[in-house]
Amino acid sequence: MRAFSYERAASPAEAAAAAARTPGAKFIAGGTNLLDLMKLEIETPAHLIDVNALALDRIEKTDDGGMRIGALVRNTDLAADTRVRREYPLLSRALLAGASGQLRNKATTAGNLLQRTRCPYFYDTAQPCNKRLPGSGCAALEGVSRQLAVIGGSASCIATHPSDMAVAMRALDATVDTVAPDGSVRHLPLEGFYRAPGTTPHLETVLNRGELITSVTLPAPVGGTHVYRKVRDRASYAFALVSVAAVVQRDGSGRVAVGGVAHTPWRSNEADAQLPQGARAVSARLFARADPTPQNAFKLQLAERTLHAVLAEAKG
Amino acid sequence: MDRDPALTLSRRDLIKAGVGSASLLSLPLVAQADASAATAAAPVMAEVSLEVNGTPRTLNVDTRTTLLDALREHLHLTGTKKGCDHGQCGACTVIVDGRRINACLTLAVMHDGDRITTIEGLGSPEALHPMQAAFVKHDGYQCGYCTPGQICSAVAVLDEIGQGIPSLASESLTARVRVSPDEIRERMSGNLCRCGAYSNIVDAIAEVAGSRT
Repeated sequence: MRAFSYERAASPAEAAAAAARTPGAKFIAGGTNLLDLMKLEIETPAHLIDVNALALDRIEKTDDGGMRIGALVRNTDLAADTRVRREYPLLSRALLAGASGQLRNKATTAGNLLQRTRCPYFYDTAQPCNKRLPGSGCAALEGVSRQLAVIGGSASCIATHPSDMAVAMRALDATVDTVAPDGSVRHLPLEGFYRAPGTTPHLETVLNRGELITSVTLPAPVGGTHVYRKVRDRASYAFALVSVAAVVQRDGSGRVAVGGVAHTPWRSNEADAQLPQGARAVSARLFARADPTPQNAFKLQLAERTLHAVLAEAKG
Repeated sequence: MDRDPALTLSRRDLIKAGVGSASLLSLPLVAQADASAATAAAPVMAEVSLEVNGTPRTLNVDTRTTLLDALREHLHLTGTKKGCDHGQCGACTVIVDGRRINACLTLAVMHDGDRITTIEGLGSPEALHPMQAAFVKHDGYQCGYCTPGQICSAVAVLDEIGQGIPSLASESLTARVRVSPDEIRERMSGNLCRCGAYSNIVDAIAEVAGSRT
């Protein structure tokens, strides 16, 4: 691990300002992903700004009946929150499907959104990776790609976003709230939060330099039946091959987001509109522009079947 | 800043030109290192105070020191084990302020003022913690390397169930969580045992859980 200096931030705006003015600075919250990457020297911050003491650890009701989740709310606490369990059970289920008990106790809401891909070539510093080292190439395209993206990727990168939580939040129309170094705030729909890799896969989100996530806001609960189903190589403590987050209403309408297939949770309004027609119609719309590798083409069928199982479960 | 300001950081390197003294004063705790390439490798030292197994300890550590290395290399509490050092195996599991975490994936300097419980703090050879005794009784290990992490994790798992924290194995998110082999297996999935003592580990934890209800 490279040496770094360390400070504790006193307020969100000060943290953002410190990050903007300090070369090589990064925020650290739970640290469960950042420290892993620092040990491998994939991340090499010269300065860490510890945001754990900031008062961003509350879950509050918003004026319109929604929920504001502080950036530092731990995954365990969000999954166990009484109101989340009752009104947004999709989010509890997705969180509980991710990581381990130890990691969920430390990992934060904002950190979960900003975690890096688990593409094996991103992690292997002996291999080219445009995300880790821009311009070096992508070893995954011709390599072991079973786990990787089937849609939304590019000739530069086919990494997936590994979060379960983000998939549920996408289905729930979450918004990411931030503060900039100058103290101004933004409210970014999760829909547009992750950048498509294109030719710049090292740029993963629309956040600007120093911009700090302060909370994630969910609109008022939409009711319906919530189902999160994750398919993976072992029953627990593994990343998704495919995951499906669905909210299904009594009339068969609803919304669905798919994880493990792209750089962002994958959802479209056109596909949502097909929900009453069933899994095949939804899947056809969602993955109309899929471009899988021979090794991960199975994910398209797996996603359709998982969606079928989810819709069957939602019907009871 | 409501945390103990006892953390003081030595400044081995000159403060960067871009960080003025006014902004330094506005930040409660700052360790500065020159981020330029020539001196980027210079270690930065920091002082941190922890309460480990009920005893206050103050350490001067490189900022890179994980909580795991602080426990093992600085405090010589070698019960907590380093397996993968990447949060995948759970051998380093300790209990911080009542919650189990991977000690390898957190920095010592991030725990100023925190209460840490390691396997040495749970019980002793003369007075075993009930979970330790159950692991012995059920032969919940072979080589024993993962055992301290398994036991710290197991103790915390029963607390989590007691607090009503659900798991992926919980059929209902709103009903009371009941201890079952499926619940134990799911909640212990962050602790690997390459000897494969899992079935005996589940038996040990189930016995301790049963004795509590």
